[in-house]
Amino acid sequence: MTENQDPIIRLTDVSKFFGEFQALKSVNMEVQLGERVVVCGPSGSGKSTMIRCINRLEEHDAGRIVVDGKELTEDMGNILAVRREVGMVFQQFNLFPHLTVLRNLTLAPMRARKLSLKEAEEVAMQYLERVQIPDQANKYPSQLSGGQQQRVAIARSLCMKPRIMLFDEPTSALDPEMIKEVLDVMIELAREGMTMIVVTHEMGFAKTVADTMVFMDHGEIVESAPPSDFFTAPESERTQLFLSQILSH
Amino acid sequence: MTAGRRNKKTRWSWIDLLVIAAVIAFVVFVVVRVETVLRYTWNWGHVMPFLAYVDEDTGRWVTNLLLEGLILTMRLAVIGIVISALIGVVMGLCRISNNLFLRMVARTYVELVRNTPPLVFIFIFYFFLSSQLMPLLGVDDLARSDSEFVQWMVRMVAGDPSLFSNFVAGLICLSLFEGAYITEIVRAGIQSIPRGQWEAGKSMGLSGFDVMRNVILPQAVSRIMPPLANQFIILIKDSSIVSLISIQELTFMAVEVGVSTSRVFEVWILTAVMYFVICYACVIVFNWLERRAERSKR
Repeated sequence: MTENQDPIIRLTDVSKFFGEFQALKSVNMEVQLGERVVVCGPSGSGKSTMIRCINRLEEHDAGRIVVDGKELTEDMGNILAVRREVGMVFQQFNLFPHLTVLRNLTLAPMRARKLSLKEAEEVAMQYLERVQIPDQANKYPSQLSGGQQQRVAIARSLCMKPRIMLFDEPTSALDPEMIKEVLDVMIELAREGMTMIVVTHEMGFAKTVADTMVFMDHGEIVESAPPSDFFTAPESERTQLFLSQILSH
Repeated sequence: MTAGRRNKKTRWSWIDLLVIAAVIAFVVFVVVRVETVLRYTWNWGHVMPFLAYVDEDTGRWVTNLLLEGLILTMRLAVIGIVISALIGVVMGLCRISNNLFLRMVARTYVELVRNTPPLVFIFIFYFFLSSQLMPLLGVDDLARSDSEFVQWMVRMVAGDPSLFSNFVAGLICLSLFEGAYITEIVRAGIQSIPRGQWEAGKSMGLSGFDVMRNVILPQAVSRIMPPLANQFIILIKDSSIVSLISIQELTFMAVEVGVSTSRVFEVWILTAVMYFVICYACVIVFNWLERRAERSKR
């Protein structure tokens, strides 16, 4: 295999407006299959908006986004196909409170992948084992701790067997003692070769798993580099300032 | 809601006693006024036969105007609840649709109804629309149909077949009127579900329909139920306004009996009691349903 395959995600000159406010300014990014990208930057810098454009929870206003060979346009069939291949984990977990953990996991595989109940439950239990909470399968989300809920949310995304996982500040809503159990699951996932884009402020995690660090500010990608260069010799002043603020405490 | 109240200890303060004393004093005052100033002589015996009386020839009980009115009110209420709920769900979904045309239709409907007084709405509907609409729908033909099944249906729905088209007009009026409020209840219930629930469903490749059916609606239903039950009770009470377009329901009959007997106090107190009984019965049923739904959730 050659080094320069087609990237699995390609953003070309992507712009996004919220009314007058420009959240993304001609963003260009490529992600290879199996690559782990960690995106950081101050709040309001467009990190979340960017990854939410990749599965079209937000519509971009200009530029092109191609995911796994399919361009994101108005075409609903394409959008659904891309979303089935792209899992997403949210800051607020967004588990379905009226369903048990097991039903949270089986819903999408049954409706969108047309698995039978039995098949879907097998897959679900397999992923609950992987995030180490198979014994909670019949509880409701509200009966779990924050860390457990986020692990269920990760398992729920994995049940669709996605090729890409997006993480939108997955540990920001967690109590400090629960952050590690979630990060451990994500590190494990990275080791198995999952393509990941992670928006996070957990720099320790970033150093462990990232192939590429991306720094965003004011809707632009300011710097994109391997972690070894990024943390020791950032090129841009804005990156230096941000890193000094976030690493100093 | 009720559980919280039950846990609280009941303690009497002097303010409670004062309020109770004031209420008793007021009731006594009104009774005394009626007795001494109006010199009103109560005659319940004259009014009660308008509920039901014993036919002297056959010796059997026969229902009379007031009870017949009550039965028609209950018919209006039950069928009205079903139709207005259907309108409310369909229009509520239109209100939040992505389709601009559907949104405009639903919005126009809701605003037209909400911003006109019920009486005006009903007069407009009755005089301008119903005279055109009823023949168009073939309602009169239906009532005159030869089919026994249709005749049976007509009697079940409206009681007297000769008043069928009138009844249908009143029913549609009432349902359209209440449906607008139910539309807003449905819309608010669905929109109260956090956006993250939509996003989580969509992010897994579920279609909009699947997210709505499996994620949003099940959660919205439990939020919609209490205000919906409230609206159903309002519907039962509002059914009295169709008396103005000569639907012979309870209020219409009460006016008739009140005028012909001039036992105004007795007739209206009796009527109020009948409305109260059916509404309060509904309150009890809805509360029970709500508690059961609450319990089955966990």
